[in-house]
Amino acid sequence: MSMTKKKDGAALEGSKALTKKARLTDTNLLLLITVVVFVVMYAGAMIFLKKGFLKPQTFFNILNANAALIIASCGMSIVMITGGIDISVGGVVALVSMSCAVYLDYQGGNVFVSLLIALGIGLLFGVVQGYLVAYLDIQPFIVSLAGMFFARGMTTIVHTAPFNVANEAFVALKDTRINVPGMGTVNKMGNYVNAYVEIGVVVAVLTVIVLFCVLRWTKLGRSFYAVGGNRQSALMLGINVKQTRFLAHLLCGLLAGIGGYVYFLHVGSGSASHATGMEMNAIASSIIGGTLLTGGVGNIFGTFVGVLSLSTIQNIVSSIGLDQAWWTGITVAGMLCVFLVVQSVILARKK
Amino acid sequence: MTKKKMVFASRQIFIPIAALLLLALFNLAVDPSFFKITLGRNSAGDPVLTGYLMTILDYGSEVAILAIGMTLVTAACGGQDISVGAAVAIAGSVILRVLVGIGGDGTLQAPIIVGFLAACVVAMLFGAFNGVLVAIFNIQPMVATLILYTAGRSIAAWINNNELPIVTDKTFTYFGGFIPGIPIPTPFFLAVICIAITLLALRFTTLGLYTQAVGINASSSRLNGLNPVFIKWLSFVILGLCVAVVGLIKTSRLSTINYSVIAKDIEMDAILAVALGGNVLSGGKFNIMASIVGAYVIQFLTTTLYKFNVSSDALPAYKAVVVILLVVLSAPAIKDKLMGMVKKQKGVG
Repeated sequence: MSMTKKKDGAALEGSKALTKKARLTDTNLLLLITVVVFVVMYAGAMIFLKKGFLKPQTFFNILNANAALIIASCGMSIVMITGGIDISVGGVVALVSMSCAVYLDYQGGNVFVSLLIALGIGLLFGVVQGYLVAYLDIQPFIVSLAGMFFARGMTTIVHTAPFNVANEAFVALKDTRINVPGMGTVNKMGNYVNAYVEIGVVVAVLTVIVLFCVLRWTKLGRSFYAVGGNRQSALMLGINVKQTRFLAHLLCGLLAGIGGYVYFLHVGSGSASHATGMEMNAIASSIIGGTLLTGGVGNIFGTFVGVLSLSTIQNIVSSIGLDQAWWTGITVAGMLCVFLVVQSVILARKK
Repeated sequence: MTKKKMVFASRQIFIPIAALLLLALFNLAVDPSFFKITLGRNSAGDPVLTGYLMTILDYGSEVAILAIGMTLVTAACGGQDISVGAAVAIAGSVILRVLVGIGGDGTLQAPIIVGFLAACVVAMLFGAFNGVLVAIFNIQPMVATLILYTAGRSIAAWINNNELPIVTDKTFTYFGGFIPGIPIPTPFFLAVICIAITLLALRFTTLGLYTQAVGINASSSRLNGLNPVFIKWLSFVILGLCVAVVGLIKTSRLSTINYSVIAKDIEMDAILAVALGGNVLSGGKFNIMASIVGAYVIQFLTTTLYKFNVSSDALPAYKAVVVILLVVLSAPAIKDKLMGMVKKQKGVG
């Protein structure tokens, strides 16, 4: 009896020691850096720039504008954790919003079916790309490059000119605002204005929570890390590597579809130039959020913070008065550069 | 005979040449006028050859020049540079800045060669920056170049203070158009010069061998006394040089620049050219000639699609289908299956 107790105790201690030792894994260290950078940046903006940054609504606006990017970046992170990459997400988002827009406007269709269309397109891209990458062993970069080309081209084939959707049910859904209690401010007229988020933000936050749990506590989630960390040893551990990679791309495609619909909900129009460069922003957010390109390391919560950091710095740059278009590009690139170098230094230290 | 055939079929250059023949046959079957070349006169009254084939030679040369550098980068680093389009914008912007300057009246302030050399230096510096990230910091090439991809066009706009300088000098248009008296587009000659230099370099220096060795196994090549960091870095600098040449051609075509549109998506074409050339995208063995043929194949495809009134926006969709077909056919799993089928047939016969 006491033996077992002792054993249990030892095991407990062992696991405690393990968690203690594992407390600052690469994943957590990179996550910590990201969170600190974001908090410092936002706090700095609040102190030195004041203006809008003191209003909670500014923060919620960042969320509103980037809900789709958050969802797409989550998918990107998962693929990157397994050691792949998917640069088709921006194209898929554009294709989804154009297809849904055309369906809603010309067919007078209902909103629910348009959502199904979005999911279908995302799944289709995920399945095809996943099959090519996982089972035919073609480089993910080339496959998703073709995917991006295809999605962008199809978008203009579906409809060329950009247009706004007038479907009533959809517009009602688009304009739905969810008030955030206790975060409102008093405007110049002396009226109390409620802080609000759009539906997309709720979807994005739910996605982040669900995926965080999946990656942390499910067998599938752990096998993503295993496959990304070392494919050979994952195979020896009995993980179905091909299936895991397939599922990662499938999930990424599906999330791109959901992200596309959220994007569509935010902008309410279809256009071939929607979400240009979103794939690059998604990759940048994942990297800033601490996902290693080599695979095996990453965190969905980090990706979420990564998106926030990316858009916060853009907001800061434009509110400093450097609002010429080029400054945004240069600051984002600079930030990306710093994070990449930090990552590489951390990796080198480990070696 | 059959043995010879099999040897040729297993060679790398077979894939792009087969694709080229296929496209040519398709065009011949649908509309033979595709191959018509007419001798006309351009707006300046000089004799020029026009026709779809000339368009392919003209625009394919840009991709071909980039494919040279891209092949080396792919072979040495096992990844691709996605910033070449943005780097072309920077190079073009530098040329215009040196030749006309901010607020210039369009007359040349400096000889064209000075502008070109300045662009070479700047493009090589940016190539070196990418090279440092990849070679020293060990960042995946595609992601390291993502930085310049994001910032490049912004930097290009910043160089000229977001103005669009226009060159009025006639001689500047020769590089992207025609030299008076020569009816073949100049970019083709520039491509030939670049290819010749590269082939000579590969023939008489150890560049090709070393690149291949580093690409196949960087750490074992280091143990054999090579310097993989330098070789990787060098491949990016060479790509920078190719970028400067394309920048000259691109700005010369328009006599001005459009920062957000110039050389848009050209990086994708260049990477596709390398892939079509049958080069292993994860590094190692490479064949520059195959990449160059691949570049012209891609332009052939583009021109064919244009001829069938496919809009330039919808073009990528068709390109993607072709690319996927090619890549799937050359995938090891499918190749083995096909080979097995061929063998079975032979066994039966």
